[in-house]
Amino acid sequence: MIKTLADWLTEDIFQLTTGTHLADAVNFFIYDTVKILLMLAVIIFVVSIIRSFFPPEKVKKILARKAEFVGNILASLLGIVTPFCSCSAVPVFIGFLEAGVPLGVTLSFLIASPMINEVALVLLWGLFGAKIALIYIGTGLAVAIISGIILGRIPAVEKMVEDYVWELRMGETEIPKLSWRDRFQQASFHTQDILKRVTLYVILGIGVGAVIHGYVPIDFVATYAGRDNPFAVPLAVLIAIPLYSNAAGTIPIVQALMGKGMPLGTVLAFMMAVTAISFPEMVILRKVLKIKLLVIFAAILTVAIIMVGYLFNAIM
Amino acid sequence: MEIKILGPGCRNCEKLAADANLAAKEGGCAAEVVKVTDMKQIMTYGILSTPGLVINGKVKSYGRIPSVSEIKKWIEEEK
Repeated sequence: MIKTLADWLTEDIFQLTTGTHLADAVNFFIYDTVKILLMLAVIIFVVSIIRSFFPPEKVKKILARKAEFVGNILASLLGIVTPFCSCSAVPVFIGFLEAGVPLGVTLSFLIASPMINEVALVLLWGLFGAKIALIYIGTGLAVAIISGIILGRIPAVEKMVEDYVWELRMGETEIPKLSWRDRFQQASFHTQDILKRVTLYVILGIGVGAVIHGYVPIDFVATYAGRDNPFAVPLAVLIAIPLYSNAAGTIPIVQALMGKGMPLGTVLAFMMAVTAISFPEMVILRKVLKIKLLVIFAAILTVAIIMVGYLFNAIM
Repeated sequence: MEIKILGPGCRNCEKLAADANLAAKEGGCAAEVVKVTDMKQIMTYGILSTPGLVINGKVKSYGRIPSVSEIKKWIEEEK
């Protein structure tokens, strides 16, 4: 149905001849924009409803005193469904430790939560297909679990957390119950809020993607940054770091580049770096982690993501 | 009446503070909306996800932005 709309607009309204570069690019742009925005609206709403059942206040009770491995795996999975905006990262961190969640497990949670988010997943699913979206979830979980385990094993890692964190005591409050009406109201607010923030980037990203799709030669990326170039993956990660939380704008461009020969490993590494490593988030985490642990945290995450890139470039 | 907005001061907290002000005005009550940004104080209310809304010392909502009519209802309850 969206295909018909895109064909109709391209051929009958804009009067473009089918098969030309311009017609291709315009058709691709209309089709993908409409599809992605519709998917975002539906999926963010559904995910928001599911998330209303997993507030961090509940998750910390599930994770309290869980052992390594089981705890890291559970924390990473719960990171996917637990809502928290980056301004809540500090209270979530403190609250988890205070409830007895091990440090490594808490960090697994904080890595998985922004990395595997609904906006990135919709774009991956809509533009790359279900298989790559699932690979992204799987490798993202692996990165969060393994990084958390390594960080938790650093000798005397507790001393690398700001001292005041251990002194804070959480109050106990009767937490209000949500009705279905609250959940729907919250989900619809959340959906509108996210759409307002990402729509422009989605349109821009798909627009640039459409231009690449229509005009860039087919082997362009393969020639300069294909799987034979060992620097492609680290370079992709470095470029991705300042693109913080802009999965909406970057994923369509990466998708177009994949069509021009960018290998899957480089694509995955780039997208993980966009969502998981960001300067603003590091600034927020600096409030609870001493600088030494923050640097180790960022380094382990970067290395893990680069390994994912190399691994997939080697096997796919 | 005392209305507190718990949160480090990101966009969501600002929106909730504005809504709470509006609800108090429309509900015709002289409430003072105070923003609590200090993490130690926020933690004492037992919430992890911000923004939190506290009316007369009771946590009414957290981790979401309730509608103005909902806030009005809570203000009514606490009057």
